[in-house]
Amino acid sequence: MTSDIILQANHIEKYFYDPEEFKVLNDISFSVKKGEFATLVGKSGSGKSTLLYILSTMDTDYKGELIIDGIMVTGKKQNELAALRNEKIGFVFQFHYLLNEFSCLQNIMIPALRLGNYSKKEIEERAYEKLKLLGLQDQALKTASKLSGGQQQRVAIARALINDPLIIMGDEPTGNLDSKNSDIVFDTFQMLAHEQNQTIIAVTHDNDFANKSDRIIEMMDGKIINCLKKK
Amino acid sequence: MKTHYNHNIDTNISITYVVANKKITLVAALGVTIGISIFIFMNSLGSGFVKKSNKTIFNNTPHIRVYKDDEISKSIITPKDSNSLVLISNPTVIPKSEQIVNPERIITLLRAQPEVTYVTPEIAVKVFYNSGMSQVSGDASGLEIAEASKMFNIKPSMIQGRMEDIETHSNGILLGVGIASKINAKTGDNISITSSKNITKVMKVVGIFKTNSSIVDKTKSYIGINAAQQLLGENANYITNIDVNVQDFNKAADYSAKFSALTNYKAEDWKAANSDQLNGFKMRGIIIFAMSLSILLVAGFGTYNILNMTITHRINDIAILKAMGFKGWDVIKIFVLQGTLIGLMGIAVGLLIGGVMVYFASKIYMGPDQGYFPIVLDYMVFINASLFGLVVCFFASYLPARKAANVDPVSILRK
Repeated sequence: MTSDIILQANHIEKYFYDPEEFKVLNDISFSVKKGEFATLVGKSGSGKSTLLYILSTMDTDYKGELIIDGIMVTGKKQNELAALRNEKIGFVFQFHYLLNEFSCLQNIMIPALRLGNYSKKEIEERAYEKLKLLGLQDQALKTASKLSGGQQQRVAIARALINDPLIIMGDEPTGNLDSKNSDIVFDTFQMLAHEQNQTIIAVTHDNDFANKSDRIIEMMDGKIINCLKKK
Repeated sequence: MKTHYNHNIDTNISITYVVANKKITLVAALGVTIGISIFIFMNSLGSGFVKKSNKTIFNNTPHIRVYKDDEISKSIITPKDSNSLVLISNPTVIPKSEQIVNPERIITLLRAQPEVTYVTPEIAVKVFYNSGMSQVSGDASGLEIAEASKMFNIKPSMIQGRMEDIETHSNGILLGVGIASKINAKTGDNISITSSKNITKVMKVVGIFKTNSSIVDKTKSYIGINAAQQLLGENANYITNIDVNVQDFNKAADYSAKFSALTNYKAEDWKAANSDQLNGFKMRGIIIFAMSLSILLVAGFGTYNILNMTITHRINDIAILKAMGFKGWDVIKIFVLQGTLIGLMGIAVGLLIGGVMVYFASKIYMGPDQGYFPIVLDYMVFINASLFGLVVCFFASYLPARKAANVDPVSILRK
């Protein structure tokens, strides 16, 4: 395992102005290494989700610096950020956000078709591989809306993996899942981090999930209060 | 450098959306279809009116009329040297003859022009048609009937007698049906007419014609050129007008300027001669176009609403696509394409329905006076309908799509 830094946050601050000015993130600096499985924990209102969306590049309204894969992300234009997310970041949310009219396979293929690094045939093969990885190869041609909640979430994870992103970000990825499906998701993440050297950053309320991860970043009132590293 | 594939994923998503929501697609397309078919029907009706009106005008008016214009005398004549006096007079029409000098030369000259189809000399005479003590005023046209018939469609309008007889009878006259009924004349009768030069002549009615303009039928008659010259007491060279038809009557105004310069006489095109009537037609055309365009716009609003609804419905899809790296432009493309596809379907069906409606309407026979329903299949109307339809659908989808492109994914995904 290399120890390259994949994501670096320097002095990140963010304010909410509605209903009144409120400092939601206060001077946050930390870095995440390649192949690390980090979880962000904290009570609700601690700013962990807000921080995740800044790290995801989708929220650009903050002070400080964000460097992903050696590239200064802060200050880039929306279209450049979109291209960067497409190639380097995969997302898993609490809700699956699959496109209901498309089959599972098509849903997984969409980010890769957008990126266009492979031919359609190759993308389809890769999408099958990801489905297999998550044990869903039998569901490939079903419409996304026909699957159970746990299956849908696994399809969403497969979609996040299709472009082999450097970082996979999760916002409560197991929030809606039963323990069996949660375990599948955790094992998948762990395998990705440890075997494929991909980085995982996930916000979670689930203490078991957090405790099993490599590193827990605990937040309170917009600050990191504990940056526990197990290994 | 890695090879880059363009998988047209935006198009793919658009088409899936169009197919997935068949009901919404059909309702939106139906709106466009109705708009397009009404646009086509109304504008074809407009073209039909124009065609019919032009036909009525050309029954009486040549494309270009060459005649001698009135000249006004100068009000001040300044002396050449200081010994003479300045002459001041009231400006009046110079009392000159209306004759065109050497008409044969001018007719030959005009016939030699490539754009000219027919040229015929004419003598316009103001006359009274006498019937006992009563008189009906009107205009007699002295002309060479064979050539003039090609220009004014005289022969098809005959309802009694034979047009050609005017050539064999030196005193033959063709009467408008309105005059004939007022003075109670029929073919074979002798009537007397009096000209503005107070010369009275007995003429033999050789035929009666009926146009679809009652004002023409009540005033117009055709006589031979010689008879007209006699009525005015003029010699055999006397000609007042030369009527010219050209290949494309829409360009008559351009040609008239050219013919004026060529002949040194005033050449007036049919549009100038009928400007009051044509202004009315123009207004009618504008009203028809504005109304049909409004209907198309309403159809556009239908599409706009439905696309707005679709976008609200798909706000989650938009958010996740943006999170996964779709740019604002991609989102715009997805929804504009969806709107345009709906528009194309609506336009295609609308063109068909509009065409069928126009076809059947043009087969409706409205009686001997009006003939067929005045509607024509004009390909320009179809091209315009498609273009306006596409533009309307484009904007109807672009505006909601731009809104979708500005969706902030964080506010949707973060629940």
